[in-house]
Amino acid sequence: MDILIYPDQRLKQLSESVEDIDKEILSFIEELEQMRLAGPGAVGIAAPQVNMFKRVVIVDVSKMRKPVDNHGHMIMINPEITSWEGMEMGREGCLSIPDFTGNVIRAEKIKLHYTDETGKSHEIESTGFEARAIQHEMDHLDGLLFLDRLVSRRSDLFKRKNFKK
Amino acid sequence: MKWSVLTLVGADQSGIVAAVTEVLYRQGCSLAQASMMRLGANFAIMLRVSHEDGKDFRKILNSTCDDLSLHLHIDEDVAADVPGIDPDVQVTVYGADRSGIVAQVTSVLALAGLNIVDLETDVGGNKEKPIYIMTLEGVAKKGIEPLQKALETLDSDIEVNLDEITTLRG
Repeated sequence: MDILIYPDQRLKQLSESVEDIDKEILSFIEELEQMRLAGPGAVGIAAPQVNMFKRVVIVDVSKMRKPVDNHGHMIMINPEITSWEGMEMGREGCLSIPDFTGNVIRAEKIKLHYTDETGKSHEIESTGFEARAIQHEMDHLDGLLFLDRLVSRRSDLFKRKNFKK
Repeated sequence: MKWSVLTLVGADQSGIVAAVTEVLYRQGCSLAQASMMRLGANFAIMLRVSHEDGKDFRKILNSTCDDLSLHLHIDEDVAADVPGIDPDVQVTVYGADRSGIVAQVTSVLALAGLNIVDLETDVGGNKEKPIYIMTLEGVAKKGIEPLQKALETLDSDIEVNLDEITTLRG
């Protein structure tokens, strides 16, 4: 299993829903997680990044140096975002686009539902960095890369804290 | 393969970018990073270019520079393609315009371990009371805390905001 690297056009492909959570898909998910862990500091990975065009993503922002709101380690099968709220700019990079990072605007808060690897349905609300990671990974399922959403580095919508005075 | 950095500056007019890059393209050069912007009434181009040995950029760009009144500066044989550096901190400064803002802010940040990778400034507001705005990004080699402490020592006539940049990788 290798990470597809853009300009590999397979990354622009649409992924299909998972019909059955069978042994094959479970063993694939294990391998996908290994690939995520092998990526330098990757908080998420999507199946199409390893040439499997199924709607599966893994997101885990629970081990950030600076802790952020999170739902722990999530294996998301057929995830679907049902609502988006607010927007925020953040810096993103991608295992499939080495050595480049850029600014991307994402919804600040999302609601979504997905099925986990045991077949259990989840409905969650995610915010901030985790919501960004979920949106980044889910974009892969629709053949979208963060390059498709780049905004100029010179644009500046960072939320800041003023620590003086 | 060799790498050079070209800097071209001249009075702004349309067609500068197209003319310069077309010549370089026809000469078999590849452009890597580039930063180009209008500075007042001038236009400035900074380009990292890779090429086969023996390119005489002064000769290659001579007629383009003459036609467009551009000044050319060449740095030959710079380091080969190197991995990019991800900045982890962003600082914004603004206040009533006065001299010394950039020097004061960047001096305390440098001492506190900041390696600046990108910086831009501008003057805005009205002519009678102009304001100065600076944004910069860098790598906090000693962490964020020394930078925060350093910024607290600055004169109180400027507003200073520091933000960590957390790059998502997925």
